[in-house]
Amino acid sequence: METLLIIVVGILGLIALGQIVRIFELSSQVRGKDDENDVNDSDNRTQGMLMLIAGAVLVGTFVWMVVDYASILLPKSASEHGVEIDNLWDISMWLIVIVFFITQPILFYFTYRYRGSKNRKAVYIEHNNKLEFIWTVVPAVVLAGLIIYGLTTWSDVMNPDVTEEEPIEIEIYAKQFGWTARYAGADNKLGYANVGMIEGANELGVDINDEHALDDVVTKELHLPVGKRVVLRFRSQDVIHSAYLPHFRVQMNCVPGTKTHFSFIPSVTTADIRKEQLVIDKVKNINEIRAAKGEDPYEYDYLILCNKICGAAHYSMQMKIVVETQEEYDKWMSEQKSFAEAL
Amino acid sequence: MAHDESHDHEHHHKVTFWNKYVFSEDHKMISKQFLITGMIMGIIGVTMSLLFRLQLAWPEKEWPIFEALMGKWGADGVMDPNIYLALVTIHGTIMVFFVLTAGLSGTFSNLLIPLQIGARDMASGFLNMLSYWFFFASSIVMVLSLFVESGPASAGWTVYPPLSALPQAIPGSGMGMTLWLVSMSLFIVSSLLGALNYIVTVLNLRTKGMSMTRLPLTIWAFFVTAILGVLSFPVLLSAALLLIFDRSFGTSFYLSDIMVGSELLTNSGGSPILFQHLFWFLGHPEVYIIILPAFGITSEVISTNARKPIFGYRAMVGSILAIAFLSFIVWGHHMFITGMNPFLGSVFTFTTLLIAIPSAVKAFNYITTLWQGNLRLTPAMLFSIGLVSTFITGGLTGLILGDSALDINVHDTYFVVAHFHIVMGLSAIFGMFAGVYHWFPRMFGRRMIKSLGYIHFWITFVCAYGVFMPMHFLGMAGLPRRYYTNTAFPMFDDLADINVLISVFAIVGGLAQVAFIFNFFYSAVRGKRSEQNPWKSNTLEWTAPVEHLHGNWPGELPTVYRWPYDYSKPGMEEDFVPQNVPIMDGEVETGH
Repeated sequence: METLLIIVVGILGLIALGQIVRIFELSSQVRGKDDENDVNDSDNRTQGMLMLIAGAVLVGTFVWMVVDYASILLPKSASEHGVEIDNLWDISMWLIVIVFFITQPILFYFTYRYRGSKNRKAVYIEHNNKLEFIWTVVPAVVLAGLIIYGLTTWSDVMNPDVTEEEPIEIEIYAKQFGWTARYAGADNKLGYANVGMIEGANELGVDINDEHALDDVVTKELHLPVGKRVVLRFRSQDVIHSAYLPHFRVQMNCVPGTKTHFSFIPSVTTADIRKEQLVIDKVKNINEIRAAKGEDPYEYDYLILCNKICGAAHYSMQMKIVVETQEEYDKWMSEQKSFAEAL
Repeated sequence: MAHDESHDHEHHHKVTFWNKYVFSEDHKMISKQFLITGMIMGIIGVTMSLLFRLQLAWPEKEWPIFEALMGKWGADGVMDPNIYLALVTIHGTIMVFFVLTAGLSGTFSNLLIPLQIGARDMASGFLNMLSYWFFFASSIVMVLSLFVESGPASAGWTVYPPLSALPQAIPGSGMGMTLWLVSMSLFIVSSLLGALNYIVTVLNLRTKGMSMTRLPLTIWAFFVTAILGVLSFPVLLSAALLLIFDRSFGTSFYLSDIMVGSELLTNSGGSPILFQHLFWFLGHPEVYIIILPAFGITSEVISTNARKPIFGYRAMVGSILAIAFLSFIVWGHHMFITGMNPFLGSVFTFTTLLIAIPSAVKAFNYITTLWQGNLRLTPAMLFSIGLVSTFITGGLTGLILGDSALDINVHDTYFVVAHFHIVMGLSAIFGMFAGVYHWFPRMFGRRMIKSLGYIHFWITFVCAYGVFMPMHFLGMAGLPRRYYTNTAFPMFDDLADINVLISVFAIVGGLAQVAFIFNFFYSAVRGKRSEQNPWKSNTLEWTAPVEHLHGNWPGELPTVYRWPYDYSKPGMEEDFVPQNVPIMDGEVETGH
C-alpha cells in the first residue's frame, strides 16, 4: 500500500514539475524573450545573493555545530600518549578552521561581488607569479611544521620508551563477534597460541605444553591498573577486526595470521572519568533519552569496539574496560582463574 | 592518420538503428551511452543510500518499503544486518566505479577529447565501442548480483579478505562476491580500453596548432586521469585474480591460520595485508581518477562563465601532474593501523600531506579566477563553485586523516565517511553535474531548463552539506562506520538526533535529483534548440555544427592559433576569442 502511495506521489510530483516548466515557458513567451534559458542580469543578482547567503549560513552553521555538538564528543584522553595526540589534533583543527574561515567566505563573497552584468567586462589576468609563489610556499612551510609535529607525535606513540619498567603483557583476541583478553600471568610471558590448537574449553588455542601458558589468565573484561604501561597484543581467529579504544586514542587491526600490538599507559581510572563534568552531562543527557524510551540507565564505561567490518553482528562487538588502582586490579586478578585451573 | 579519407569512408556505411544507437563507434554516441548507464547506476546507488539512511535514523521502526524492495532481507519491514552491509558495499562500489569513474570519465573524455582537440573521432572507434560494452556487461553483472539467493557482496567496497574470501563468515561472500569480482574484472577491462584510447588520441590526433600547452585544462585532466588508470587498474585486476584463486582454487595468498565458526581452514602463509597494499595501490590513484576530470570540467566552466582566463594555466597543469605523481606514493595512509612498520607510516604521512600543496594551488587559482570576473551564474557555474567549496572543506580534513598519529583515533569512523564523501563524492558529482549542464547543448543540441537547474543546485548543495558536515562530529564522538545500528552502545544514544537530521537531509537531497533527471530527459527530447555556441566559449567543440556529424566537422578540421582562455582580452571586440581565430595584427599571443 505504501509502495503504491510512494509511486503515486512520485508520478504526481513529475506531473507537477512538468506543469511548472510549462508555466515558465509560457510566461517567458508572453514576455517575448529570446531564450529563457540564457542567464540574464537578474538571475546573476538572485543567484549571487543566494550564494552570499549560502556562504554565511555555511560558516554560521559550522560555528553552531562546534558549540552545540561539543557535548557529544569524546572526553579528554584517558591515556598518556592520548594527550599528545589531542594537542596535535587541536592545533591541526585550529589550522583547518582558520583556512576554512578565510577561503569559504572569500569564495562566496567573490561569487556575489563579481556577479555578471551586461555593462561590465572582466579583467584579463592570466597569472601572477608572485602571488602563485606565495600561495605555494606558505602552505608548504605550514605543512612542513605540521608534518614534523605529526611525525614526532607518531614516533612517540608507536615507539615508546619501555626501558624503565616491563609493560604488562595482554593478548586481545578477536573473533566473530566478541573479544577475549588473555593476561600473561605471574611470569608476564604469554604462552604460545594458534587457532589450530583450539579445542573445547581452550577457546583461544593456547599451547598447553608451553610452560608460559599455564599461568595465563583468560577473561571477558579488560582490567588495567592506572599509570602502568600495558602492551596489547592482538590476534584474530577468523577475519580482520579492529580493536578500537576511542577513550584511550588507541586503535589497531587484528589480522588473522599476523601479530600486531599497541602499547600505552592508561592515566584516568573509570571512577575518575565518571566525575568529569563533560561525562556527567553526557550521561545525564543519555539517561534522559533512555528513560523516555523506557530503557535501563546507563553508566559510563571505557569500551573496546570493533571498527573493521567483520560480519552481521559487527555493530555489537564490544568488551568492557575497567581502569582501576593497583590494589583494585590486584584484587580482581587474584579472583581470576589461571589457564591451568580453568582447564 | 588521414582524417578526410576516413571521413568520406564513413559515408558509404549504411546507417541503421543498430550501428547508430547501439553498437556505435562514434565517440559522441558512446559518451551518451556512458552517461545514461552511469545515471541509471547512480539512481540505484543513491536509492541504496536512502534505504540505509532510513535504517540508521530509525533503527527501531518497521519500513514496509524494505520488504517491498528487498523481500526476505526486509521481512516485516525490518532490515537484515547482512543486507545493510551489502547495501553499503554496493552503494560504495557503484558510486566510486560505475558513476564517478565510468559515468564521469567515460562520458566527458569521450565527448570532449575529440571535439576539443579537433579530431574526427577517437583513435580507435572499435576499442571505444568495446570499452562501453565491457562497462555495460559489468553493470549488468553487478545489478544481477543483487538478486542472488545469498545476497550481494557485503564485505565493504574495499572487499578486504578474509571476510570477502569466506562465505562462512558472511553470506554475501558466496555467489554475490563471485559476481562482484567478475563484474569488476569486466569493469577494469573497460576502463583500460577507454584509457589507452584517450591517451593515444590526445597524443596523436591533435589538430594543427593544438600544442600541448594550448590544450584546454579539461583535456589535461582527462589525459592524466587516463594515465593514472592505465598504471593502477591492472594492479586491482591482479588483486582480484589472486582473491578469485583464494576463493575458488584453494590458494593462500591472503589467508593464514583461520578458524571460521568451528571450521579450521588449511590455508597458511598468506597475508590479508597484501590485498590491502594491492587494493590501495589502485584505490588511492582511483580517488584522483574520480576528482581530476571534475577539476578539468570545473576549470573550463569557471573560466568560461567568469569571462576571464583561468588563473595560472601552467600552475594548474603542474598541480594536476604533481597530484597524479603523488597519488601513487600515498596508498599506505589507508593502512596506518594495520600493524605496518611505524617508519613506513611516517613516510606515507609525509607524502600524503604533500598533496595539500598542489591542492591548495588549485583552490587558490579557482578563487582568483572569480576575482574581478563578470560571473554568469549558470547552473553549471554554481555547481563548479560548489565543487570548489566542497573540495576545500573536504580537503582540509585530509590534513587530519593523512596524519598517522591523528588517524589512530578517527580511522574508520564517521569522520572518514564525512571526509571522503565531501572531498571526492560531492566534489566529483558536482563536477559531473556542472559538465552535464554545460555540455548538454553540445550533446543533445538542446538547452536544459535553467530554473529547474537552479532548484536542483540549491537543494542538492544545502542537503549535501547538511548530510556530511554533522558526520564529522559523529566521528569525533567515536562512532565507527558500517554499524547496522548504534543501539548496541548506550554511549552513542545521544547521537540519535543527529542521525535523524542527516537522514532527513539525505532523503530530501536524494529526491531533489528527480528535478535533474526530469530536466535531463525532458530537455533531451523537448528542450529549446540550442545555438551553436550558447556560452560564447572558446574551445573547439563549439565550432562544430549543432547536429552530430560523423567526423565532427564538415570539410576541413579547424586550425588552432591561440590558447583556450582568451576571455575579455583587451583590444578585442567580443569578450571571447575562439581558439580557431588567428592572432590579429598587433595582437600579442598570451597564455602559454
